[in-house]
Amino acid sequence: MDKKYAQDYSTAELMVTRAAKEIADGEIVFVGTGLPMIASMLAKYTHAPDSVIVFEAGTVDSALLHLPASVGDSRCVSGASTCRGLFDIFATVLQRGVIDVGFLGGAQVDRYGNLNSTVIGDYHRPDVRLPGSGGAGDIACLSKRTVIIMLHERRRFPEQVDYLTSPGWVDGPGGRERAGLIRGGPVSVITDLGVMQFDEQSREMYLTSSHPGISVEQVLENTGFELDASRATETEPPTVEEIDLVRHTIDPEGLFLRR
Amino acid sequence: MSKTNKIISLQEAVQEFIHDGIHITFGGFTMQRHPMAFIREMVRQEKCKLIIYGHSPGIDVDMLIGAGAVKRVEVAYIGDELFVSPSPNFRRAVEEGSIQWEDYSNFGATLRLVAGALGLPFIPARTMLGSDMITQSGFEPEDRRADPKAAPQKHVLMECPFTGDKVILLPAVNPDVAVIHAQMVGRDGTVRILGQSYADDFVARAARRVVVTAEEIVSEEFIRQCPEQNCIPFFRVDAIVHVPYGAHPTACHGCYDYDPQHYAVYAEASRAGGDAFREYLGTYVHGASDHWDYLDRIGGTKQLSYLKADPAFGYNPGVRRR
Repeated sequence: MDKKYAQDYSTAELMVTRAAKEIADGEIVFVGTGLPMIASMLAKYTHAPDSVIVFEAGTVDSALLHLPASVGDSRCVSGASTCRGLFDIFATVLQRGVIDVGFLGGAQVDRYGNLNSTVIGDYHRPDVRLPGSGGAGDIACLSKRTVIIMLHERRRFPEQVDYLTSPGWVDGPGGRERAGLIRGGPVSVITDLGVMQFDEQSREMYLTSSHPGISVEQVLENTGFELDASRATETEPPTVEEIDLVRHTIDPEGLFLRR
Repeated sequence: MSKTNKIISLQEAVQEFIHDGIHITFGGFTMQRHPMAFIREMVRQEKCKLIIYGHSPGIDVDMLIGAGAVKRVEVAYIGDELFVSPSPNFRRAVEEGSIQWEDYSNFGATLRLVAGALGLPFIPARTMLGSDMITQSGFEPEDRRADPKAAPQKHVLMECPFTGDKVILLPAVNPDVAVIHAQMVGRDGTVRILGQSYADDFVARAARRVVVTAEEIVSEEFIRQCPEQNCIPFFRVDAIVHVPYGAHPTACHGCYDYDPQHYAVYAEASRAGGDAFREYLGTYVHGASDHWDYLDRIGGTKQLSYLKADPAFGYNPGVRRR
């Protein structure tokens, strides 16, 4: 059957539908608050019904009858396989090496996918204090791979992050190994302008696609470091079915996708 | 601790267990099951210079910071996710330099409590490697030396003596007091938590003394009919306080949902700070004669009925969150 693409959708809706494609059926997924919740629920409703959602506050394979507002929400408990706490998830699931893919966000990302969610400015006297690592630093260290979702602005894509909260490829090839990390690393960055991946050799971010209506130049203008765009195509738009699921089944209250 | 005479009032619990400069930790997670009635009583009694350990606090620690009660936090995150993040009083206090802080990851912060609960001086882990959490310390070495209860170092990196793998060693935390809010506690002190336990089982076991505030106090006979559902043994609990709706405005699984309307009031006041936040404390904390008066001030029986959990879910799907 031919795909029926949606004509009317928001950028955030495009981001979650694109992020859902990062999850393969049967995979175990570490999910954080916000757009990753919607993306991982959409994957379960579409191509990955047997993927498993894990939340850091204690639940495994929640049925998610209603969209949680927190990773510790009571809404994560419904239909879960197990419901315990942070130690169970972080130590015996994440550190044990069970998580296939983890989702991350942040206020800044550099070319190697290192993320900052701690401070803007100097750590000791910051211009802006952000919430802190939470589980992000752990997910970045210990998932088999990570996917980054964030807004694309020049100040959010600097040469160097002000504080490295969640390690990506650290300082390039071999960086994770030198830091003592035994697995993982970022594979994709999904923004409101496009999708980036990381070069296998250099571990540097390159542009995979710009979103419909967004030019490659726009992406480059909004990136504070050099970004290879030679491989860029256009992001596949969401389908009518995906948008319908997101709006009417997954986030009907508009918690994270306000319209 | 014996089994008897553990039940005391909120006022007595704060008077007896909380002293200025105490090292303390609380149960719950971001928007869920914080011992909020206890926190408000701490603010009412004007406790100060607190050293707070935690993994993911939210409005609990933010309210104490806004009330000027906090000297230092050692945490991974302070925020209430959808409702207000980062926590505004925390953010302002760090930006103004009026508190000390130390950043760990959520796993790292949890493991420090786990080490404390296991009676170990430290615990190894494979997290925080490659991050600035291991290159930067918010709490200066001279401050650490000045505080005999503080860990002498934030962490130590070492090679595993068996495999050569790089690991981080995290210092244990044994706070003076832990305060947790549970759905049910037996008269003996046995604790039952419904839904996610977060890290409360370790939080309680790490601390030297434990206060449990609870929705319901039941007989020892009743709570021991299903001991497999209990998570903290009676002898680790020093005091029990009966506080229905004691986690409001955070959620308490199986009992009531978080209160988005009150969170909106809190978010506005805490973001504005200054007089606006003092006015919030004046209305909901200092101005309330006790917990029952507080419940009237946030909307009374009508609002509490609106938040009441649907037993089919453990939360209330009808609560309007936007």
